[in-house]
Amino acid sequence: MAQLVLDRLLAQFGGGEIIKTGSQHGNEWARIRPDAWTAVCTFLRDDPTLSMEMLTDLTCVDRFGDEPRFDVVVHLYSVSKKHRVRLYGGVPEENPLIDSLVPLWPGADWPEREAYDLYGVRFAGHPDLRRLLMYPEFIGHPLRKDYPKEKRQPLVRRQAGSLD
Amino acid sequence: MGIQDAADLDAPDLPTEPMPLNMGPSHPAMHGTVRMVLDVEGEKITNADVQIGYLHRCFEKEAEYATWTQIFPYTDRLNYVSPMLNNVGYAIAVEKLLDIDKKIPERAQYIRVIVGEISRITDHMTCLGAGAMELGAFTVFLYMLKGREWLYELQEEISGARLTHSFVRIGGVVGDLPAGYIDRLTEVLGKIRVILDDVSKLLDRNRIFRDRMDGIAIITKQEAMAYGLTGPVGRSTGLEYDVRRDHPYLVYDRFDFDVPVGSVGDNFDRYAVRVEEIKQSMSILEQALKQIPAGPVMLNDPRIALPSKAETYNSIEAMIAHFKIIMDGIHVPPGEVYSFTEGGNGELGFYLVSDGTGRPWKCRVRPPCVPAVAIMNKLLPGLFMADVVPTFGMMNMIGGECDR
Amino acid sequence: MGFEFVYSSKLEAAVNWARKFSLFSYPFVTACCGMEYMSTAAPKYDIARFGSEFPRFSPRQADLLIIVGTITERQGPALRRIYEQMCEPKWVIAFGVCASTGGFYQNYSTMPGADQVVPVDVYIPGCPPRPEQVLDALIMLQERIQRGEGHSQIAMRVDQGFDVPAASVRPISRITEHGEKAKVK
Repeated sequence: MAQLVLDRLLAQFGGGEIIKTGSQHGNEWARIRPDAWTAVCTFLRDDPTLSMEMLTDLTCVDRFGDEPRFDVVVHLYSVSKKHRVRLYGGVPEENPLIDSLVPLWPGADWPEREAYDLYGVRFAGHPDLRRLLMYPEFIGHPLRKDYPKEKRQPLVRRQAGSLD
Repeated sequence: MGIQDAADLDAPDLPTEPMPLNMGPSHPAMHGTVRMVLDVEGEKITNADVQIGYLHRCFEKEAEYATWTQIFPYTDRLNYVSPMLNNVGYAIAVEKLLDIDKKIPERAQYIRVIVGEISRITDHMTCLGAGAMELGAFTVFLYMLKGREWLYELQEEISGARLTHSFVRIGGVVGDLPAGYIDRLTEVLGKIRVILDDVSKLLDRNRIFRDRMDGIAIITKQEAMAYGLTGPVGRSTGLEYDVRRDHPYLVYDRFDFDVPVGSVGDNFDRYAVRVEEIKQSMSILEQALKQIPAGPVMLNDPRIALPSKAETYNSIEAMIAHFKIIMDGIHVPPGEVYSFTEGGNGELGFYLVSDGTGRPWKCRVRPPCVPAVAIMNKLLPGLFMADVVPTFGMMNMIGGECDR
Repeated sequence: MGFEFVYSSKLEAAVNWARKFSLFSYPFVTACCGMEYMSTAAPKYDIARFGSEFPRFSPRQADLLIIVGTITERQGPALRRIYEQMCEPKWVIAFGVCASTGGFYQNYSTMPGADQVVPVDVYIPGCPPRPEQVLDALIMLQERIQRGEGHSQIAMRVDQGFDVPAASVRPISRITEHGEKAKVK
């Protein structure tokens, strides 16, 4: 059913903006060239046959060892048409930068902050790109595959053996 | 009823100074831990910054180091008010990756519906009880907890744990319903109806309660869609979206139930939608108890299901199979899936990436209450200080799910 | 306090008796264990029967800090601040395995036990513990208070110049307790 979304996308963007599309386990997906990120998303939101009103989820995948290393993953849903699509935007490790979707869907605010916090991907045009889950003193991006799982960065500790 | 605009009450001759005010991270009205940095002028909020992350327990990082089956205990502790719903949502996601989601035995699917709906009732009862308590209605809290206790006992009977059940498995559920379970559940549902009636008498026409509920923190349908609000909070705005009805999973297409929606999108609508959803869940439960067929509760596939205890202890093949599944984990073919179910707070999505080993490459959960907390930044400015607590209460933030 | 402490005097025993039945708790509720904390306070288990009546949500009014749930590194300073705001003597219960040791969350954000930042008198295992376990822990703490062996009771005595090595604190065990009583008779 959501094949319609991919067909519309391929018909609209013929200049190589859509790198690859596919379907797996009932999910349709499309890999987008990162510089066309905002254009494709605006089209998906505003096109009357697609009308993706809701940004369900935004996250990031660390494809450690592959290039580009980080994939920003967006799940869109149309409440009126009841179809979904998943978009990938690959960003390289040296300069992980992609357009922010907050101007299109305000709900992208916190997920983008989270992706910045945990993966270090930056979003151009985000109004307030701070850490969301970790504290500001934290160094590094813990969900990257090369961050050790148990590397703690304590803020406060009591002296061993003290009564207080 | 209710004061629509805080500006109406401002006395012109009493100048106020803006003041930053810090609520949390440990505050009696914050279920879970969240910090709100508010700028107030007198009693009126001018700016709000909600900060989460005080319960970040690294679900995703822990999941990358656990086998697919070992993740079930972590999912319990996401939305700890309705653990079974998380179990079910995660199991369905992995089953889609394994392409066995259509082969799950029917009885197991019905049991999943039953335990899930019990969990949904406990979720909503806790939210309503705690929300009412914060407005001073302590009796409601005690009534609701009394009812929740009966449901916990039923959940304990079936899974062995009061709160963190880990009852669902990939390919089915751990065990069958105990003898006499259906009768006891039916009896408890009757008692919960009485509690709901009592609560409705206490709250529905209570002036203190209505004044803090009516017309406060209104969300429009457009905002709900733009922010990604689902579940009771989304439905209170009139957004008719319920995964159980719009994209049926398990056996939800065989039940006749309504999806309650609100008309205004204020706090009272969120309260009313939750009350109505408890009633709908009870109706689903009663239908499921009537329809439930006999049969196995676990998929018969030695690559996924553990061999029975007797076999494991008595035959070498079963022992090796048991060892392989426990140590290596279930081998899930490479692929990616986004699977969504209706959690206690809305669309509970699991986005899984598998690289073909026994452990996930990535296990992302789409937490339904993050959008509801995120929209607080926009809702709070213009409200009174006293409105923060009921508004936050009706958003039903669950720390474990919000911060993961 | 307005009077001098004398080790094991009758007056101290009377004061400790009064203290142990009037514990005002500050529930530092963070996570899943909060649900079981609610159940403990609710009608069926009714923690009020043990003199630990109603939660006080101001650290200045409380003398028992119950750490309910996982403590993360981000939460640590807040927990320490709340502990420091409480008046002496004070007691701390770590409710659940996360507050005791970090539980099965061993990662970059979770603190391996609340005793990394505040001292703890009684640890309750369980994930989450059953309400009965919580009541049992409360009784254990009351026995410890009666004996004057809470961490801050010992610290107060050390401040007054008494020589009280921390190692003298007896482990709390229900069985030994009954055994000792049997011996006295």
